[in-house]
Amino acid sequence: MAVLRIAAIALLLIAAWQALVSLTGVPPYLLPGPAAVGATFVERFPLILKEGSVTAAEILLGLLAGTLLGSISAITLASFRTARRWLLPVLVVSQALPVFALAPILTLWLGYGLASKVAMATLIIYFPVTAAFYDGLRATEPGWVDFARTVGASPRAILRHVRIPAALPAFASGMRVAAAVAPIGAVVGEWVGSSAGLGYLMLHANGRMQIDLMFAALVALAAIGLAVYFTTDAVLRRLTRWKTDTLFNDLKETPS
Amino acid sequence: MSAPGIRINDAELRFGGATVFAGLDLAVEGGRWTAVLGASGVGKTSLLRLVAGLTDGATISGNVAADDGQPLADRIAYMAQQDLLLPWLDAVSNVALPARLRKGSVDSADRDKAMAYLDLVGLAADAGKLPAELSGGMRQRAALARTLFLERDIVLMDEPFSALDAITRFRLQGEAIRLLAGKTVLLITHDPLEALRLARRIFVLDGAPASFGPPIEMEGEAPREIDDPAVTGRLGDLMRLLGDRGKAA
Repeated sequence: MAVLRIAAIALLLIAAWQALVSLTGVPPYLLPGPAAVGATFVERFPLILKEGSVTAAEILLGLLAGTLLGSISAITLASFRTARRWLLPVLVVSQALPVFALAPILTLWLGYGLASKVAMATLIIYFPVTAAFYDGLRATEPGWVDFARTVGASPRAILRHVRIPAALPAFASGMRVAAAVAPIGAVVGEWVGSSAGLGYLMLHANGRMQIDLMFAALVALAAIGLAVYFTTDAVLRRLTRWKTDTLFNDLKETPS
Repeated sequence: MSAPGIRINDAELRFGGATVFAGLDLAVEGGRWTAVLGASGVGKTSLLRLVAGLTDGATISGNVAADDGQPLADRIAYMAQQDLLLPWLDAVSNVALPARLRKGSVDSADRDKAMAYLDLVGLAADAGKLPAELSGGMRQRAALARTLFLERDIVLMDEPFSALDAITRFRLQGEAIRLLAGKTVLLITHDPLEALRLARRIFVLDGAPASFGPPIEMEGEAPREIDDPAVTGRLGDLMRLLGDRGKAA
């Protein structure tokens, strides 16, 4: 049923798009209709697939690196008082700097290829993952830790068997934010300087007044974004099955 | 080898500059149930945490020793007011949690042992359920099974039945007596009836700074019936004692 509902929503949005184009008579070089975009999408599919796979790779690598670095940081912060004292201010200050402003610098340092985009996505993901996971690690039910200590567990065992699993729901909400913003990092990176990817394709098509191709690339980008989000969500849901409250809980078949 | 007793000497608890108690001594008899009864805020839980070795707040100090001269560490099991079951582990894994925490993993022998104790508390059929799928009484039973799994001589209980409804509490009190037979039990409670039903010896912690009055010695086998004269005859006195001293504080 959920699938049917989502399909209905998509159809409704496409109908609204078509209605807007037909009713306002907006010229196709400003807003092409869904039929034209669809036709271009099919016709230029090999190109979109090629550029899309570049962007998808940037997003996934960024997600991986950002999650890894964020998790390591959060666990370090939660484990060592000294780390908290020195790293926490750095973390906060680093957020005062808009990540977008770093894009030209990253391109300068890492070049026009994959690396600068992955770095961009990593940076944008790092903070929500670190902040959410660290918060979760800090908020462990003190009774669980007390119990583990009376049993004779080492701080390491408590971290491994109590604090990290207990922080998974918090980690999951950070990851969901990360999965939603990861495409932003990749595309901004591509806009600043690149020779491949959907962001590049959009700029390129815009320059040549191929507005329907631009929209087709946007559709592909949205599809990648949704796929990344829902895959992440599904994995996280499995990990935190004991506490499955997510943004889209209402999509599940529950009697209300 | 019988279970050792506990001696607490010169316990002192400060809270925000005020002395809650100082110079407090308590002897807990080996192999018996001892109850410490008192109103909330009198420092009962802190006293229990001192015995359990959970004293990083540094507001409480004192000497705690077993009366057989052996160290206390690794001989204590702690049961709190909340069941403290991990919500992501099923009942049997929660019972075997001490093994996971100490060795890093649970082997099949641990699992069998956990299953045996779950069976003992009547939860064998619910071994695969998560805590969220169990009732409050069942969760506290699982916590009791986990306490038994540790197979330790000394059990510290901090109002373990207070969150349960009256009937479930009554039933679990009886089972705890049966299952923890032979162990040294130090029970912290604010419920005079619970202390009178279960304990061999009752200490009332009260006043400001708090001190122990002379212990109340209970005769007869526990769990005593609620209408046992030994219970009913003292309930009124204890209530009045707690109430009066509470007023003075």
